[in-house]
Amino acid sequence: MDSRFILPAIIFLFFIGIGGIILNRRNLLLMLISVELILLAVNIQLSLFALILDDLIGVIIALLVLTVAAAESAIGLALLVVHYRIRGSISTDLLRLLKN
Amino acid sequence: MYLCLFLFPFFGFLVSGSFGRLFGKQGAAFIATFCVCCSCLCSFVAFYEVGLTSCPVTLSLFPWICVDVVESFWSISVDSLTAVMLVVITTISSLVHVYSISYIKDDPFLARFISYLSLFTFLMLSLVLADNYLQLFFGWEGVGLASFLLISFWSSRLQACKAATKAIIINRVGDVGLALALFCFILIFGSVEYSTIFSCSSKVAFCTFLFCQFKVDILSCIGVLLLIGASGKSAQIGLHTWLPDAIEGPTPVSALIHAATMVTAGVFVLARSSPILEFSPVVLFFVSLVGAFTAFFAATTGLVQNDLKRVIAYSTCSQLGYMVFASGLSQYALGVFHLSNHAFFKALLFLGAGCIIHAIKDEQDLRRIGGLAYLLPFTYSFILVGSLALVGFPFLTGFYSKDAILEFSLSNFSVTGGLCHWFGVISALFTSFYSFRLLVLGFLGYPNGFKSFYKNCHEAPLFIAVSLIPLGLGSLFIGFFCRELFLGAGTPFWANSIFIYPVRESIIEAECAPVILKQIPLFFTVMGAAVSFSFIYHNPIITYRFLFFNQMFRVFYTFLNQRWLFDRVYNESFAKAFLFFGHAISFRIVDKGALEILGPFGIVFIFPGLSKQLISLQSGRVYHNVLFIVYGLGFLLCSPLFYSSNGCFFLISVGCWIVFRVF
Repeated sequence: MDSRFILPAIIFLFFIGIGGIILNRRNLLLMLISVELILLAVNIQLSLFALILDDLIGVIIALLVLTVAAAESAIGLALLVVHYRIRGSISTDLLRLLKN
Repeated sequence: MYLCLFLFPFFGFLVSGSFGRLFGKQGAAFIATFCVCCSCLCSFVAFYEVGLTSCPVTLSLFPWICVDVVESFWSISVDSLTAVMLVVITTISSLVHVYSISYIKDDPFLARFISYLSLFTFLMLSLVLADNYLQLFFGWEGVGLASFLLISFWSSRLQACKAATKAIIINRVGDVGLALALFCFILIFGSVEYSTIFSCSSKVAFCTFLFCQFKVDILSCIGVLLLIGASGKSAQIGLHTWLPDAIEGPTPVSALIHAATMVTAGVFVLARSSPILEFSPVVLFFVSLVGAFTAFFAATTGLVQNDLKRVIAYSTCSQLGYMVFASGLSQYALGVFHLSNHAFFKALLFLGAGCIIHAIKDEQDLRRIGGLAYLLPFTYSFILVGSLALVGFPFLTGFYSKDAILEFSLSNFSVTGGLCHWFGVISALFTSFYSFRLLVLGFLGYPNGFKSFYKNCHEAPLFIAVSLIPLGLGSLFIGFFCRELFLGAGTPFWANSIFIYPVRESIIEAECAPVILKQIPLFFTVMGAAVSFSFIYHNPIITYRFLFFNQMFRVFYTFLNQRWLFDRVYNESFAKAFLFFGHAISFRIVDKGALEILGPFGIVFIFPGLSKQLISLQSGRVYHNVLFIVYGLGFLLCSPLFYSSNGCFFLISVGCWIVFRVF
């Protein structure tokens, strides 16, 4: 496969992630999933460029991002659980305490 | 001595103005009067020294404004022209001071009044003693101010305040002209000194300068501006309306303003600027035209005024017209001669009018007095002398100057000369008519006043009488004594103070004019007197019947009595337009309108609204915040700034700075 086709696919994936955050109005869990999607897209891109440029640093950073993403999703899920315990809902519509 | 001459009135003003309370009313008045009298003595000595022995004096006191090339000094500079003015000003002023001591005796603010009079004298002296236009301008504005203070001396009267405001505003219109002339001097000559300007004026004659891409003749421009200034101060037609209203002030003030000080300033400036005017025939034409029209207009208006002082005020206006057109015909010396003569008999007339008003309970309507000749023989004789001098009765003061003006205009072989001559002659006819009308209505006719007027009628008190006598003598003899000195062929008196372009000297022609033509004014004067006597004295009934039943005559009478409707036209066109501009445009549209919307007030109102809209963008929802982050990133990536190396560096450093500031 040629990188000319992969690169748009990855960027598309990235924007799906962003769209998932922006357009999603109800579910906090979906937001976390979208963040994971973004990180995944970035990871793939890093690996791809490591391949194209023949430079291992991209792969190393991808590994680091992988760990960071794991940690982040763990903390995010923990916060989600706490939030659910307090508010009884995971709807993002209710997170409007800082209006104006 | 010259310094004393200059500063005595100022000293009198300071003492009687600041400490008048300590000396009492009379004390303050005496101090100020003494100071002015000392100044008067000094000015006589100055006249002898400068005028008769031909030793001009210049003292530079101290520098005033010295920037770049423009240097102006406070100075005392006396040449023949100034010496004449000095004698006139200080003499009339000291007599007016003496007169006021008695005239304003009962007023609680006598000290203030006297101090204003002294201030007036001082400012007028600083005007005539100047050796540059800047100091002249100081005196010029100063006498305007002093006249304002004096006219509104009885400031509890609405009319007085209005007259004073009018006087200072209309004077200010003329002052703008003089100020512009001053700027022209600085622009073109780089100096305000008389000596520099006058010696350079022949060099720039008929040169032009660019003003808004128009070529303007330098000296004509300056001359017209000076004429505007002189018109304001000397009450020439167009800017004359303040003068007749200035009679609202106390009578000594009118005497001072109309005779010696204020109105003479315009004629003085014209005479002083003779080296400039002489090189500009256009301006001379305008000057003579303005003067002739003023003489004619004021004389016709004076015919039908019913206020005693207003008649005399219009005669002042008319006589000033004579002086100005004499200046316009290059006869500056003649103008100044008439000025000095006029100062004496006009002061006499005004002070005499003050006597009448004083004697009969402040009544000054000519229709309601009369028959005073038997009650006030002293005043009557002096007013008679003044009136005869005014109409140019042979061998009295007015004769030597007024008839000389008419003679000279006759011998000036030009259109303007002839025009001025005939306007002057017709004005002489009217002058004699209204002067004798005043005498007839005031002194000779039937007593028309109330009984109480006549019961308490009293002759002039001592101080008033004392101040009238020198004026009466002056009105009788000054012209005779000074004629040869001022006007004689080849007199060395004026030396360099007045410059006449040699072509325009017409003294020989004037001397050689046919006698029959010289007697025209006399003929007209006698005719005016005869008409006045026959219509007002012998047949008043016919006159009034004529007035009441002849429609056309009445329209004419009303037109003249309304002073050619000048005031009405000014009020309805200029005053209304300016008031409309002031309220509707500059206040409502500009101040309340545009400036409130575009100015700080408008910004204060607009920004809260804008910031509320901005705040409402922050909805608090997570996905909105994310959207803004994405927008920001997108904007940054799209901006060309990011791709230039400097811009990238800049953005990164700004980002780092923000990060460090936040954390």
